[in-house]
Parts: sequence; structure tokens; C-alpha cells
Amino acid sequence: MSAETIQSRRAWLLSDRPVSRLQARLGRAYVAWRRFSANRLALVGMLIIIALLVVAAFADVLAPYSPTVGDLKNARLLPPGAAHWFGTDDLGRDIYSRIVYGARWTLYVVILVAIIAAPIGLLVGTIAGYAGGWTDTILMRITDIFLAFPKLVLALAFVAALGPGIENAVLAIAITSWPPYARIARAETLTVRNSDYIKAVQLMGASPFRIVLRHIMPLCISSLIIRVTLDMAGIILTAAGLGFLGLGAQPPLPEWGAMIASGRRFILDQWWVAAAPGAAILIVSLGFNLLGDGLRDALDPRSGDQ
Amino acid sequence: MTASITVEGLEVVFDRFRALKGVSLDVREGESYGLVGESGSGKSTLLRTITGLAPVASGTITVNGKTLGKTRDKAFYRDVQMVFQDPYGSLHPRQTLDRLLQEPLAIHGIADGEKRIERALDEVGLGKGFRFRYAHQLSGGQRQRVAIARALILEPSVLLLDEPTSALDASVQAEVLNLLEEVRRRRKLTFLMVSHDLAIITHMCERLMVMQNGEAVETLTASQLIGHRVSEDYTRNLLRASEGFVRV
Repeated sequence: MSAETIQSRRAWLLSDRPVSRLQARLGRAYVAWRRFSANRLALVGMLIIIALLVVAAFADVLAPYSPTVGDLKNARLLPPGAAHWFGTDDLGRDIYSRIVYGARWTLYVVILVAIIAAPIGLLVGTIAGYAGGWTDTILMRITDIFLAFPKLVLALAFVAALGPGIENAVLAIAITSWPPYARIARAETLTVRNSDYIKAVQLMGASPFRIVLRHIMPLCISSLIIRVTLDMAGIILTAAGLGFLGLGAQPPLPEWGAMIASGRRFILDQWWVAAAPGAAILIVSLGFNLLGDGLRDALDPRSGDQ
Repeated sequence: MTASITVEGLEVVFDRFRALKGVSLDVREGESYGLVGESGSGKSTLLRTITGLAPVASGTITVNGKTLGKTRDKAFYRDVQMVFQDPYGSLHPRQTLDRLLQEPLAIHGIADGEKRIERALDEVGLGKGFRFRYAHQLSGGQRQRVAIARALILEPSVLLLDEPTSALDASVQAEVLNLLEEVRRRRKLTFLMVSHDLAIITHMCERLMVMQNGEAVETLTASQLIGHRVSEDYTRNLLRASEGFVRV
């Protein structure tokens, strides 16, 4: 592609009189991308997350050994080396392969929690904020009750009630992580609900449902995306914590938290068993945090003229 | 001529504060009627009450022969539309003009959207080039034109104008006022216009009501106001104030 065509494409994207819906939308996305990519650390975060996605998608190709079947006879607790990059654990399983497959479970947890918790929070928050009065009081007091418990303790209680397992851990984390989203969505809703542009839609005869769904939610979504991304690290850690306590993923699932838990027994002599999954959690959490920070700069409606 | 808007003994109370104290008013069909007064005199509240944005404590409002209850139905909003004071706050920050103008059509299930949007933009002097812009890509005057287009796209018979030009600078004010005059003539609209600027009111309106502290002070015709044939002291003070500074 010559420099000229790149130039003209940029001009097309940044045109201040777009000729189609698509061009307007792409132009907006391009502006947000430029703001995002100006932040080097955010790019690093995004690369980490992309790497996580790639590893999860191609786990079968990338992992040299089976994540669940080990060589008990010859390969117990081997230190990192050429055959086993990150060493092996007490059942003779290759830790590198387990971490590669573990990326799938980490993504599974993070995405499911985000898909369950964010919409609940968004819905509760925007409805409470827009309706006001009794609806607001009731919804927000329920939110307060959930917020009053420490997250991990409440998740523990739910898992204990539902039974251990990764699905129940996801559910428990989702149930405990929506209240902050509801608070954010409500706060955002309160700042826009009395604005003239919402009044103007009311004066067109729009139903409250339509106003919340089509006019208020889009304004709350960017701050919610930022918050969810920043929370991803916390979600991974909670899932790991539940796994560590034996209430999350059950053996032989290669979940990172559970891997640390099993490595704890020989942490002094065979440090790599717990260190490798610990480092994986650290790097992915850091990636999500950096990405979230970058998104805040790129998407925040209060910065710039979006 | 028949009455378009009739307001009788309207009271509006916000947390024990009486914003309107028994105001009565009648606007004839096709007329341009002005509401004048200082800040806090209740003129904007009167408009908001008619649209249903502020609650009625007592009194009745009749629009085109229909007495309004507590809630307004969709048919009401097809008949009565409003243009807000601040063009920077009345357009959704995340929607293109296209989306903005489509919304009323979608709410009322009007089919020929494409044509109507193009016509609406043409009517307010914004070409097709503006259709997919966002509000932040427009100047104040252009934004107010969009707000007018949005109000007109449902083809209402009554337009409520809440200081439509006070946030704009003088040359743009004239453009927007001329545009409003033009659409009123073309569409035979009824205007109910709030302003604190007597010059604008005398230019735009045939009759006007002076308000103070939530009460009607007096009702005048534009020619009475121009000729300073007023009976109340408050109106006289307003007139004096509107003449501006006098060098001593």
C-alpha cells in the first residue's frame, strides 16, 4: 500500500462530513483507536490479552504434552529444562502444557463472569437511576446488601451452597461482582437523566424502556467496559482463590489457582510448581489492568469531544 | 380563529415552592405568542408544564380542543413539539444527526424515514453533508437548526420555543429567528415562545404576556409594546432595562 492510499484512507476516516452511517462509525472508532494506541502501556496490555486469546485458541498445538495425564514413573517434580520448559508437578504432568490449557479456563471464567455480571449491573443501575423513587430505593438497597459482604466470603458461601466446581465458581463470582457495576451505571444515569437531550426524547413520546435502552445505556457502556476490564484481574484472582481453596476448578482441570494450591505443599523444594501458574496469573492480570487503563483514556466520555 | 392552547388557572408547585400561581393564557391557532419576564418568573415552567415535563398542581391545559390529563399520549407529541434553550445540551452526544432524526420517526412508526430526514435537513438549511455528523462536529447555530429539524420532523401544529436563541451570538440569532419565521409561515404553525429579550419578542410575536414571580402581569400586543402603551410599572421597568445603557 503506498503512502498516498494510507493518507487518503485516513482522510476518509477523519472526514468531518461522512456520507454514510458506516463511515461515521468507523471514523469514531478510528479516533478512539488513535487515542488508545498513543498509550504504549495500553498496547502492551492489549498484546498480553491477544497472546492469551491465541494461546487459548491453539492450546492443542502449543502444548507438547497432555494437561491431565502425567508420567508418574519417570517425570515427577522435574525442574525446568529442555524437555519440560516449566518443569513437572507431583503427578508428573508438564506444567507448561497445563498453563497453556489453563488459559482456556481463565478466559472461560473471565468472559462468563463479564457476560453475566455486567448486563445485570447495567440493567439494575440504569433502571434505578432513571426511575428514581421507590424503584431506586429498593434496587439500590439490594445492591447495598450485596456490597456489604466481602466479595470472596460471599462467593465462598455461594460455592459452598451450590457445590464446588468451575461453573458454580463462575456463578458465585458473577453474583458478587455486579453491584459495583450497578452503582456506576446508576451514577452515570443520574448525570444524564435530567439533560435536555433525554427530555427531548421524552417529548417525542418515547417509552421509559426505550429511553433507558437506547439513549441512556449507550452512555453508560464505556465507563462500564473500563470498569469490567479493570475488574478482570480481580475476577481471575477470585477464581484462583476459589480454586486454591478447593472450591473452584476440581482436579484434574488445569486451572491456575488450583495449580498453585497443589504446588503449595512443596513450595520450598520445588518452587516452580507454584511459581509458573503464579507468574501466569500475574502477567494476565497486569495485561487486563493496562488494557483497562488505556480504555479509560480512549473511551472516557468526559475526556475530549466524543 | 380557534384557540390552539388554552391554559386556565395553572398552578405548579415544586416542593412547596409555587412556581406558577394561577396563570391563564390563550393562544390562537397560527398565532405567535410570546412570554416575557425575568429569570425565575415561571415562563419556562409554563412551557414545561404544557409538555408534561413539570407536574400540574391545579388548573387545566387544553391543546387543540383536547384537555390534557396527567400523562400525555403519543398523539399529543405529534402535535406539540419543543425546542430547548441550550443547543449544546439538547442533542445526544453519541448519536449522529441521522440517528437523532430517525428516533422520533421510529417511535411513531413512520415509514418514509429516509425522505423525511433529507427533507427535514434541507428545510433547516443543513445539506446532506451534515447527515452523519455528530453534534460535537457542529456549531451552536447548526445545532439549534438540528433541534428545530427534530421538532419539525413529526409535523406538529404547535411549536414551543424555550429561549431558542439566547445561547447563540447575535448574527446566528438572526439566522435562527428568520428560519423559525419561515417555517411558521410555510407550515402555519402556532408558536409559544419564551424569551427575556423584548426585541426578539416584538419581532416574532403578535401578542405577548409579561410574567413576574409566577404570575401574569399583563397581556399586550406587539404594537402596544413598541408604542410603550403599557399599564403596569413592571413592564415599564422591563422596557427601560431593554433599552440598555444610557450614557450620562
